[in-house]
This record gives sequence, structure tokens and C-alpha cells, in this order.
Amino acid sequence: MFDLAVIWFALIVFAILMYIVMDGFDLGVGMLFAMVDDSEQRDRMVNSVAPVWDGNETWLVLGGAGLMGAFPLAYAQVLEALTAPLLVMLLALLVRGVAFEYRFKAPQLSRHWWDKGLFCGSWLATFCQGLVLGAFIQGAAAGQSHWLTPFSLFCGVALTVTYTLLGAVWLIIKMDGALQQRMRQLAHTLLWQLLICMAVVSAWTPLTDERIAARWFGEGHWQWLWPVPVLAAWCALQLRTSLQRDRTYRPFLLALALVVLGFAGLGISLWPYLVPPQLTLWQAAAPASSLRFMLVGAVCILPLVLAYTAWSYYVFRGKTAPGEGYH
Amino acid sequence: MPELDATLLARIQFAFTISFHIIFPAITIGLACYLAVLEGLWLKSRQTKYINLYTFWSKIFAVNFGMGVVSGIVMAYQFGTHWRGFSEFAGSITGPLLTYEVLTAFFLEAGFLGVMLFGREKVGERLHFFATCMVALGTVISTFWILASNSWMQTPQGHAIVDGRVVPLDWWAVIFNPSFPYRLAHMCLAAFISTAFLVAGAAAWHLLQCQRQHCSASPEVKTMLSMAMWMALAIVPLQMFVGDMHGLNTLQYQPTKVAAMEAHYSNADGEPTPLILFGWPDSEQQTVHWALEVPALASLILLHDSEQQVPALDEFPRDHWPNVPLVFWSFRLMVGLGLLMLAASLWALWLRRGERLYQQPQFLRLMLWLMPSGLVATLAGWFTTEVGRQPWVVQGLLRTEQAVSAHTAVELSISLLAFVLSYLLIFGLGYFYMWRLIVTGPSHGPSLPTLTQRVATALSQEPSHV
Repeated sequence: MFDLAVIWFALIVFAILMYIVMDGFDLGVGMLFAMVDDSEQRDRMVNSVAPVWDGNETWLVLGGAGLMGAFPLAYAQVLEALTAPLLVMLLALLVRGVAFEYRFKAPQLSRHWWDKGLFCGSWLATFCQGLVLGAFIQGAAAGQSHWLTPFSLFCGVALTVTYTLLGAVWLIIKMDGALQQRMRQLAHTLLWQLLICMAVVSAWTPLTDERIAARWFGEGHWQWLWPVPVLAAWCALQLRTSLQRDRTYRPFLLALALVVLGFAGLGISLWPYLVPPQLTLWQAAAPASSLRFMLVGAVCILPLVLAYTAWSYYVFRGKTAPGEGYH
Repeated sequence: MPELDATLLARIQFAFTISFHIIFPAITIGLACYLAVLEGLWLKSRQTKYINLYTFWSKIFAVNFGMGVVSGIVMAYQFGTHWRGFSEFAGSITGPLLTYEVLTAFFLEAGFLGVMLFGREKVGERLHFFATCMVALGTVISTFWILASNSWMQTPQGHAIVDGRVVPLDWWAVIFNPSFPYRLAHMCLAAFISTAFLVAGAAAWHLLQCQRQHCSASPEVKTMLSMAMWMALAIVPLQMFVGDMHGLNTLQYQPTKVAAMEAHYSNADGEPTPLILFGWPDSEQQTVHWALEVPALASLILLHDSEQQVPALDEFPRDHWPNVPLVFWSFRLMVGLGLLMLAASLWALWLRRGERLYQQPQFLRLMLWLMPSGLVATLAGWFTTEVGRQPWVVQGLLRTEQAVSAHTAVELSISLLAFVLSYLLIFGLGYFYMWRLIVTGPSHGPSLPTLTQRVATALSQEPSHV
């Protein structure tokens, strides 16, 4: 007999991971607006994500809805405790979401406001997501700490670095010429910043919580877990090499792998808690009838979703030409 | 009573955010289907007016869709941030239904929207048409799931209560609960009517503009008005029939709501129930001031019988009553607008003799005024059914004050203010941009320089198909 709660935990982790890597790069593109002044190049940057961004954001809705259906107690408790940063995140996503459309519809003179909106919305949404993640790790949902702590603020910064790197390596694929070269340089810097952030978070989490320290360094655990940081280091090295050798697709794939490994590290730290350190995933799970009903849908439909999402990316493959898209 | 204040603030915030949200999907549903029809007609007839209209409305669709997506994400999280009690109690039913909506509808819409809006040069035209149809299908599937969830909250069944929480037993019964078919049909038709009057209003603006400037109207604008008014003529009467059946269903399962809709406080001995057309309901004194009533009409409409009595509010406990004046008046607003739209549809039919449809200035001005009427009626209808369900969140199972999260009134005031300010600014501007697009109008004919590149390409392929 399968453990339905574990399956749904895995599916929600998958949805959140999909969200982080997919919306991560388009939020990153928004943040990279700060680095690019030329309006034509900004148009190209936006057009490289315009056909896919709302599909990317749908994974966030799946994460929320799936959590509500499969683990209603965790959904209710975590969201209530983290209301303030979540609402700011939602409003920021609102601004940057409409900015995609509005910046092409606004009169020329007011257009720069929507460029600023796209940047600020992307940055603030990312920062709040990192903050929520940090507060979640520290046990803010269980009342163990406030959501606003030095650690949660640092996680906010770390996630902005992560998404900006994803945005830069995405633009290496979609752009060419000077803009692409600029993104290579930026990606290089961002990679170092990300590695510092990952190191700090990796050191800080075991220090905040004895259970997390025991998970990693407790008896017999380390011999199974050492590949995670080692693989991460290897990915970082490869990413650096691929940037130096002017590769197009490899930096993106390696950055994804790096993010996935970082996410896996967090998962290892927290397992099996959904409201650390109070509720485990089994305690928070919905009745089996709900989990079973949802699983039928997920098994039948998720492969289809992945297939036509892949098709949509395939349709818009290659470089984004200047003046492409609709205005 | 600070708890009550917090609950009221949380309710106002939910009402505000969902009212803003619902007007976007309502137009998305209608416009997506309209766009699919336009593209289908273009592929079949190769008349340029259809593809020009498609291009024109797809831009407005894009703005509207973007606003719908971002305001929808807020809803998916607000159930947890503001309604913890509700999510803990009923998340095992509303959560899976919402998950199905995401899986079967949101991904479908978002996945094909990119190709629909940006991909006309990248895929063949049949594949592009397929993408448009998938977006339209996604919007309709989305309506299915969200209304299943809402209808279950109105007429719950197929569950058990274990340890103070809902456990679904029979998903078929949960989804196809008693009020679901009526609510689904009512909302889908409302979306189509809202869109028809939006399209007709846009056409009326351009026709009036043409009259002022003494130019002749383009076939695009005329087609817009004609298609919208045929649609309205077909579905406004149908909507009234469905609405009547929905009302009968509500009388059966939520009689308190119907009594509030009619401000029907008490029955006189042995007399059938009159219909109060207008008046001012007063729940304190349990009477309607300045009431204008038609004897026995409520019995006739609701029971199809001029002898029996409709259950009155005084037959239910006082703490099971909703806010009667609000429900009474929002219901009247919906019905009144419905009658006005019916009149406009019939007038349009009459004017079709001899092309007067595109010229009669009073009619065109009326259609311009009625442009938001479908949306306003939709909102009024939702206020009727949602406020009418109070004091329950899940009818008979969970009261609203048990559902709310433990935020203070101050916190809720701040978040409400933040939502009001940002929604008014952002969506206000969104409507301003939509209006600018509408005013620009559809391009006319293949040779105008205002034609976008995409249409030019589409048209350059035309001779090979003719």
C-alpha cells in the first residue's frame, strides 16, 4: 500500500520546485531590468518570457491549492502565521504581472513607470518568498519565532540572488550579441554571490535548530547525505566553466541543478515536518478519500500538462528576435 | 465586540477582492469563446473582418486575462491567510476541487495562451485555432470546478463530519450537489451576456462616433454589434428561465435566502404570499416600509400555485437571517438589469429591419450605457447568493465567525486598505488601457498601415487558400 500522504508531499514539493525554477527565471528577468537601460533590449527581455510567464506562475497556484487539499491543517496554519509577508508578495506579483501587459499598452510617456513596476514587483515578490521560506524553516508557523528575523531577511536576499542568476542564464539562451555577453558576466558574479548565500544558509540552519543539526551530522546520517553538498559544488564548478566557454544551454541547466540541490538540502533539513517543529505531514494530511481523489487527477493530468507546457516552450524556442511578440 | 469587527473586516476584504476578481473571469470566459468563434469563422469564410475582429479583441483579452490571473492568485492564498477555520474544516473538499481546477483549467489556459497571443507566425493556422479553442475550453472547465466548490458550500452533501472536520465520502455527490447544475448554467450564461454587452457597447461607441464624424461604419464594427445582439437575444431569455429554476432550487434547499431576497418577514393567516416589488426592509421591526406589493405573486412565481404560502423569515431562528436589505436590493438590481437587457435585445431585433440597428441613435446610446450591465448584474447576483447564505460559510455546517483567522482588527484594516488602494490603482489603470484599446477600434481591410505585423502575415497567406 502506498503512503498517500508521502506521495502528495512529493507532488507538492515538485510543484513548488517547478515554481521556483520556472517563475524564478522570469522574476529574475524582471530584476535584471535594473541592469539594462535600453528600451529595445528591455522589450526583448520581456518578450522572451511573455508567452510563458503565466504558465510558470500557475505552479504557485497548484502548490497553494494542492497544499490546501492534501494538508489542510498545514495550509491553514502556515498561511495564517505568514499572512503579512504573503500578502505583500501577492501584491508585488500583482504589480509585476500586469506590468507585462501594461508596459506595451501604456502611453509612451508613462511607460517607464511600468518598467519600474516590473522591476520592483519582481524584486519584492522574490524577497518576500525568500522571507516566507526562511520564516517557515525557523518554525514561525508554529509560533516558534517571528516571521521577521535576521535569518528570514537573509533568506529573502539569498532568493533574489538565486532568481537573478536564473534570469541571467535564461537570457543567455534567448539573447545574442552584447546583451548575451553582459548576461554572461553578470551570471559569473551572481554565481559567486549565490555560493556565498548557500554556504551561509547551510551553516545557519543547523545552528538555529538542533534537530536540523542532528539530521545532517547525527549518527550515520552524514554518510548518506554528503553527496548533496558535493554535487552542488561540482555543479557550481561546471557552471563557472560553461560560462567561461561561452556555452548557451549548459549554464541554464546547471543553474537549475544547483537550485534543485539547494532545495533538496532544505527538504532534508525539514523532513517530515509541514509545520516545523509541530505538525508532521501525516498529522496534517487530509482524509484518504481526498488524497485518493486528487491523486487520480494528478496522475492522469500532470503528464499532459508537462507535455503541452514543453510544447509551448518548443514553439518559442531559440533567440527572441527584436520586435518579436505583439505590441 | 472586537471579534465581530475583525470578522466583518475579513468579510469586506474577501468580498472586495473576489468582486474585483470575478469580473475578469466573466469576461475571459465570454471573450475566449467569442475569439474561438471568430477564428473559426475566419478559417471557414476567409472574410478579413473576422480576423480583424480577432486581432482587436485578443489584445483586450490579453489585458483582461493578465488581471484575472494576478487577482486569482490572491484568492488561492486568501482562504488560508484570512479563513483558517474554513480551510481546516472544509479544505479536504474545497482544496481538491481547487486542485482539479488548476490541473484541468489553469494550466490549459496558460499553456495555450502564449501560442494564442504570440504564436500566430510560429505555428500553422489550424494549430493556432486549436490553441484558441483550448484556452476557451480551459475557461469553461475552470467555471465547472469553482462553481462545484461554491455550490457545495451552499448545498453541502456527500460528506461526513469527523472530529469537527469534513470528510468527503462520495465525490460524485459532492460535485453534483443539488444547486450545482443551476449555478453553473446561471454563471456561464452570465459570462456570455456580460461579454455580449461589452462587445455591443464597444460597437455602439464606434457607430456613434461615426455618426458624429459623418463617416460610414466599417463592416467589423457592424459585425460586432450584430453578433453580440443575436447572442443576447438567444441567451438573455434563456438566462431568465435558468434563473427561475435556480430560484426554485434555492427555495427548496435555502429557504431563508429566498425569504431574505423577497424581504418576506411573515405570512398573513390563510393568505398566499404577495410579491414585494420595492420597499425598504427593516429587520428590527420585521416589516418593509413603503412596500409596493402584488398580492399572491410570490406564491405564484415560487410555488407555481396561488394558494400556498412561501416560508417566511419568522419561521427561522433570528440568528439564521442574512442581511435582508442587502440581499433584497442586490437581487432587485440583478433582475432589473436583466429586464433592461431583455428589452434592449428585443429592440435590437425590431431595428434589424432595414439596417436601422447600426443607425438608431437612442438605441446606440442605450447600448453604450448598458456596456457594463452584464457585469454589474453578475456582481449583484453573487452578492445575493453569497450574502444570502450568511451567517453560514458552509450552509448549516460552519458559521462565518468560526471560519475567520485570528488577526486583529488593526491588521485587517491595514491589509484591506492595501488591497483597496492597489486594486483601484492597478485595475483602474487596466480598465483605462482596455478602454484605450476599445477606442482604437478594429483595423479595417487589409491595406491600412495600422494593421499589425501578425495580421499582415496572416493576410499575405490568404490568396493561396482562396
